[in-house]
Amino acid sequence: MPEMEAQDVKPLLEQFADERASLIPILQEIQATFSYLPEPALRRVARKLQIPITEIYQVATFYRCFSLKPRGRHLVQVCLGTACHVRGGDLVLERAQTETGAGLTGTSSDMEFTVEPVRCLGCCGLAPVMRVDRDTFAHLEQTKVRGIVNRYRPRKKPATVDKIAASAQEHAAHD
Amino acid sequence: MISTAPRLLNLDDLHQAMRQGRDLLYPSQPKIMVGAATCGLAAGAEEVLAAVREEVEKGKLPFIVAETGCIGWCSQEPLLDICIPGRPRVSYGRVKPGRAREIVRAIPEVKRDWALAMMPGDENELNGSHVNYCVPHNGHVDGLKAYKELPLFKHQLRIVLRNCGIINPDSLEEYIARGGYHSLWNALRKHTPEELVAEVKRSGLRGRGGAGFPTGVKWQAVRDAQGEPKYIICNADEGDPGAYMDRGVLEGDPHSVLEGMIIGGYAMGAHEGIIYVREEYPLAVTRMKRAIRQAEDMGLLGQNIFDTGFNFQIRVVKGAGAFVCGEETALIRSIEGKVGEPQQRPPYPAQHGLWGKPTCINNVETWANIPVIVQRGSDWFSQIGTEKSKGTKVFSLVGNIENTALIEVPMGTTLAEIVYEIGGGIPNNRACKAVQTGGPSGGCIPADRFDLRVDYDSLSQAGSIMGSGGMIVMDDHTCMVDIAKYFLEFLEDESCGKCFTCRVGTQRLKEVVTRISQGQGKEEDLELLQDLGWLVREGSLCGLGQTAPNPVLSTLRYFRSEYLMHIRDRRCPAHRCRELITFEIDPVLCNGCGACVQICSGKAILGEKNKPHIITQAQCTKCGACLDMCKFDAVLVH
Repeated sequence: MPEMEAQDVKPLLEQFADERASLIPILQEIQATFSYLPEPALRRVARKLQIPITEIYQVATFYRCFSLKPRGRHLVQVCLGTACHVRGGDLVLERAQTETGAGLTGTSSDMEFTVEPVRCLGCCGLAPVMRVDRDTFAHLEQTKVRGIVNRYRPRKKPATVDKIAASAQEHAAHD
Repeated sequence: MISTAPRLLNLDDLHQAMRQGRDLLYPSQPKIMVGAATCGLAAGAEEVLAAVREEVEKGKLPFIVAETGCIGWCSQEPLLDICIPGRPRVSYGRVKPGRAREIVRAIPEVKRDWALAMMPGDENELNGSHVNYCVPHNGHVDGLKAYKELPLFKHQLRIVLRNCGIINPDSLEEYIARGGYHSLWNALRKHTPEELVAEVKRSGLRGRGGAGFPTGVKWQAVRDAQGEPKYIICNADEGDPGAYMDRGVLEGDPHSVLEGMIIGGYAMGAHEGIIYVREEYPLAVTRMKRAIRQAEDMGLLGQNIFDTGFNFQIRVVKGAGAFVCGEETALIRSIEGKVGEPQQRPPYPAQHGLWGKPTCINNVETWANIPVIVQRGSDWFSQIGTEKSKGTKVFSLVGNIENTALIEVPMGTTLAEIVYEIGGGIPNNRACKAVQTGGPSGGCIPADRFDLRVDYDSLSQAGSIMGSGGMIVMDDHTCMVDIAKYFLEFLEDESCGKCFTCRVGTQRLKEVVTRISQGQGKEEDLELLQDLGWLVREGSLCGLGQTAPNPVLSTLRYFRSEYLMHIRDRRCPAHRCRELITFEIDPVLCNGCGACVQICSGKAILGEKNKPHIITQAQCTKCGACLDMCKFDAVLVH
């Protein structure tokens, strides 16, 4: 996940006109770039559009696609549309929350996964459905979730690299 | 190709584009098409497409490979179609990349055993034309049924979905080849705006977003309203869970929506249109933007369209994930960059809409109907359907149904026809319990009422609504208390919070239903639900609140005994409400394979390998994974 620097958001903001109607498109762009809405960026938006920061928070917290907290490296969206629900979508969600370690807080402590329910992905013919980043998985069963999640886990570093890292740490400790 | 095309100024230009489009639509060499809408892609269309392209390149085969939209046969995705000149189009379902390669290599032979159906010709509801693909005596593949003979397609009348699955959605020429933008030509060159408004009024078309307001009346109001400029909005914030009709049209036939909007702009005196698409539909956004660019390049959008002096432009605005923004005043606030809270009506958007100006908001499906009404006339259109509901309706037929599909049927088709004939009934020999229509604003209609004709009025008399067209079929494994709880959770979450009755009312309704689902309910609760439901309906400002009690009230109306079973017997007959069920392992049937131990989310299953296992009830989360996993039917639920 990219680290946010206040100046990073400047070129992004320049693409938009200084008008109220730009607010949601700007926030969407910031969300897409940083995977959340960092506070320094929101302050810049407030200055640019001449809108009180409180109003920006109001909009940012009203709409579902915005997050004020950093999200994990992978976004797991489990569809809870009606078709998915009658075919066990809620069980898939629960399974995704336990398998990723995201639990009910939404994001796993290693910042690898954010799991969130989504209202309907519109793939009801293939229910139940789950999306990981840009990949959509169809005809799910809760028993298939573990395998899918594991595909997105970071590969373990080869042992040699670990050793080098360990010895480097040792050196650092001695210094 | 498209970007260098000249602007279309007159009928000759349109005919020229039509000829170009026909060469793409019915080429002189074999064409391979893959259904690549979001659902197709989710089912693996991308891999199939890549395999087909690779096979064609490798063999240097003189074939055309194209993407197409969704023909609506969702249960068979990904779909692959082969069109060979002079022969019927042949469709293959559930295609894997390996099989796709074999199908391609076999051309011109047909892999008969794998094929699903064939299409001997191209029937076009826009202008009633028919193009025969086949040379005489070549119209059949032995033993393969034509689409028109299949129950799934036999009862359909595809007006809105006329191009979906037929054309390449990224090809403006193919859209024109099937009669596209001719209605716009006719509208601009042969009709006055007043005539068009009158024609739409006469057609009897009603809003397809759910409420069913007469479209022509709305157009008249915007046309008559004082104030400039006027705006046209396409509501593509398809938020109802279980509904994807609009996505199907946006991804499969984007120009039909644009053409409808431009005609609407001319009829109402507007020069700017906005398509508000929900952000969960990234492909629809991409395809719409591309279609707008193509139309601009060809002069169908922008200044002086068809050399008539009429100007019109369209842009896409992406939603930000709020169900309530499907409500028109909330949608307008969202475009203005504000929180999507509905506003008091009147004044209606027709008088006081976007930026306070007269605004016409219609749903995707409504707009896609307009070119057909202009082309074939209101008399033709109003023959279809029932007395008060004219034309067709697109439904997403999903849930526990054999043929999950996107279908379009004339208004007045019965639920029995839709579920048992078109949908092919319920899978796994289960009994059908109900159909849910209208999303969170709708209700559940029980199987013994399936003689009901589907139109705006019959559905609302039955305690549901037409809604945008989601139709979720439920088998006897569905618990109606659980469904009511599901929709109340949804509504509680999506209520914008402006009205106290909706904000708090949905919370209280959910609490009561949750209590019942946990076996803690009292019989008085049922009366409380009725009272609360009335209160929420009467006391809320917008459609979300006014219809929020429908799911709970309709299930209560038709499935009262099921509520009572939860209350009196503390039993969930569908085995769905977790607090009321237990899982056990049959020690005789269990062979101790350990599959359930691996999958158990609560680590509740104990037992040595090859010996019968047991479930520690205190740790069991009742997720049912063991039941899914067990190959020996040893897990019992009661």
